[in-house]
Amino acid sequence: MTDYIVPILLFLAAAMALRRKENAYDVMLQGASEGLKLLVSILPALILLLTAVYMLRASGAMELLSQGLRPLFALLGIPPETAMLVLVRPLSGSAALAVGADLMAQYGVDSQVGRTAAVMLGSTETTFYTISVYFGAAGIRKTRYAIPAALFADLVGFCMASLTTRLFFPE
Amino acid sequence: MVMSWIWTGIVLLSILCAAATGKGGQLSSAAMQGAQAGVTLAVSMAGAICLWSGVGKLMAVCGITGALSRRMRPLLVRLFPSAAADVSLAGDLSANICANLLGLGNAATPMGIRAAKRMVRGDIATDELCRLVVLNTASIQLIPTNVAAVRSAFGCTAPFDILPAVWITSALSAGLGVMAAYLLGKVRRG
Repeated sequence: MTDYIVPILLFLAAAMALRRKENAYDVMLQGASEGLKLLVSILPALILLLTAVYMLRASGAMELLSQGLRPLFALLGIPPETAMLVLVRPLSGSAALAVGADLMAQYGVDSQVGRTAAVMLGSTETTFYTISVYFGAAGIRKTRYAIPAALFADLVGFCMASLTTRLFFPE
Repeated sequence: MVMSWIWTGIVLLSILCAAATGKGGQLSSAAMQGAQAGVTLAVSMAGAICLWSGVGKLMAVCGITGALSRRMRPLLVRLFPSAAADVSLAGDLSANICANLLGLGNAATPMGIRAAKRMVRGDIATDELCRLVVLNTASIQLIPTNVAAVRSAFGCTAPFDILPAVWITSALSAGLGVMAAYLLGKVRRG
């Protein structure tokens, strides 16, 4: 069923526009070129952010941080094995996916750690990337409380992912 | 300004850490690779972003957005009061939320950014913009297709069995995140 969501959405949007006698193709072309402009406005933020993340990873800082955070994670009820995932999740979507996949392979896809990693990936976003994209495009310099509130939502997500996995899939 | 501090802090931390662990040799090449990865990611997203901007424009024209907008209006107006008077802002917001729910993150972004641009007052984030950003940083998707794909790649026979856990987690994280935004907004205003 989920296989057809995207193709059916594409068809329905075009068909309904045609029914209203709109020039569906031209409208889409216009939208696509707007998308391209949007991409150009995002690109600089993307380059800078990934540069920082790559440096952090290469320096070994990410590993040191996750080792240091182990006691705190145990306190929050988050499996300490997922520390690295929790750290990279707000920074880089592709890095988080790689770390999560590694956890699933290492501990088993149906293990507590593997499932917790999957729920974390499915219920959180790449917070810093999203913030930089939105505020960058809108020309915002003073972000006020957006970052703490978004990080709080992430923290709730990480704790709840661990808790719901324990509840739904007890070992 | 916060991003400036974060970025500078990350670079400083990397330098200190690399010096302590003797990994200084990889640092400069990592910086260049990261910059290149930004371009690679943008190029690999280009198709999806352009396609979904086109489809988003099509939805606006064909009336889907209008129909969704009416359904979501009570919730939208509570979260974003200025959407009550601005029809196209309400349309972009509801399209952004619907695309997020369907897991079409790339489709959600262009509409969310259009909405964000209409909320701007100077270069200071408004309360509504903060709430929009929090809503978008707390994933509210119904079907996390990427994660399911990774799970089945590792031989999982029921990759969607985590759905109830994902729904509860997403709902609580988005709900409490928006609540935190409300509280912080009140506190900061003093």
